[in-house]
Amino acid sequence: MAGQTSGAEEGGLVFHPMDQFRVTPLFGDGPVGMFTVTNVTLWMGLTVLCIFLLLVLGTSRRALIPNRIQSIGELAYGFIFKMVEDVSGKDGVKYFPLIMTLFMFIVFSNFLGLLPGAFTTTSHIAVTAVLAMGVFLFVTILGFIKHGFGFLGVFWISSAPLILRPILALIEVISYFVRPLSHSIRLAGNMMAGHAVIKVFAAFAAIAVISPFSVIAITAIYALEVLVAFIQAYVFAILTCVYLKDALHPHH
Amino acid sequence: MAKTPSDVPVEPGMPQLDFTTFPNQMFWLFVTIVAIYFVLSKIALPRISAVLSDRQDTIEHDIARAEELKQLAEDAETSYNKALADARIEANNIVNNTKLEMKAELARKIADADLQIADRAKESEQKLNNIKAKAKSSILDVANEIAIDIVSKVSPGHIDEKLIIESVNQKVTE
Repeated sequence: MAGQTSGAEEGGLVFHPMDQFRVTPLFGDGPVGMFTVTNVTLWMGLTVLCIFLLLVLGTSRRALIPNRIQSIGELAYGFIFKMVEDVSGKDGVKYFPLIMTLFMFIVFSNFLGLLPGAFTTTSHIAVTAVLAMGVFLFVTILGFIKHGFGFLGVFWISSAPLILRPILALIEVISYFVRPLSHSIRLAGNMMAGHAVIKVFAAFAAIAVISPFSVIAITAIYALEVLVAFIQAYVFAILTCVYLKDALHPHH
Repeated sequence: MAKTPSDVPVEPGMPQLDFTTFPNQMFWLFVTIVAIYFVLSKIALPRISAVLSDRQDTIEHDIARAEELKQLAEDAETSYNKALADARIEANNIVNNTKLEMKAELARKIADADLQIADRAKESEQKLNNIKAKAKSSILDVANEIAIDIVSKVSPGHIDEKLIIESVNQKVTE
């Protein structure tokens, strides 16, 4: 965030709200190849580390009466497990580790991204699109494996009047294929927008008169972003559960 | 983000749409997701699940044990109450029996005393009768003597004592 003030010294305000999202190599200045170790690698590695600390080291005592870290881990487990069970049904519990993986990755990426100077991996459409497409393909293939062509019943709303059904089917098909798009853009967009807004307010802090308001605004947006960080992870996970439910029980 | 904007050539537009970085992000995302999935599914989730079910078992066991102890306490209380009630009944019985015995004893004693009183009364009556009879005979004797005296004073000479006694007896018994 310190980068912004140097731009202001040249006279006018300089906004670089999107610079925080740049993918840069950690070592050297070369081009970003597929296997280059970049800030993406660093922050994803930290995400894995945090999840490991919370869910593996935190529970290593296997205490009957948990300490704080273990409580948080158990809380996360219970929260997602109950969600999968409630939304996807009993047979959805088999896919609980997948959904837990998605949720833990997104929630930790979002929170780590809120650290000053951090890189937010989930603000990139490349990341969320891969996650959303993964969910979409998994759910679709699972649906066809489980029900064969009966899975297409998900588009045929048998409770509607017969005349309306073809129209509804068309709408359902469109909405089905829009799912991965909305699923990914919702998360990336939320993350990106919040971080960009904070950066813009931070740039205004270069003007002495405005800076107090700027700081207050950053504080407020930051609090909102903490909320959004959790909610978006939750939304991503619960939508995955809903899609999973459609795949397991395609008949309405 | 240590680099200042002047160090890095500024590219216009969103870094999110810089497709040259996509393979890199996708690769590392894939590695990350696989790593997290294995850590969770092989270590973390089974462990947490085991801990939770252990806790559930312990709680259920403790509750069952508490239930058992409660049952024991209730049993003890019932047997205590039963013993108390039994003791009370026994005490009542003893009291009643004693009362009855005492009543019987009292009645017997009263009957004895009545008998004694009756004996005494009979005895006394007899004595009284004896005294009465004695008194009667002595009155008769005195009356005879007086009558003889009076007769001898009134008509000296021959006195028919037998006649006098006879007539006196007749008068006294009237």
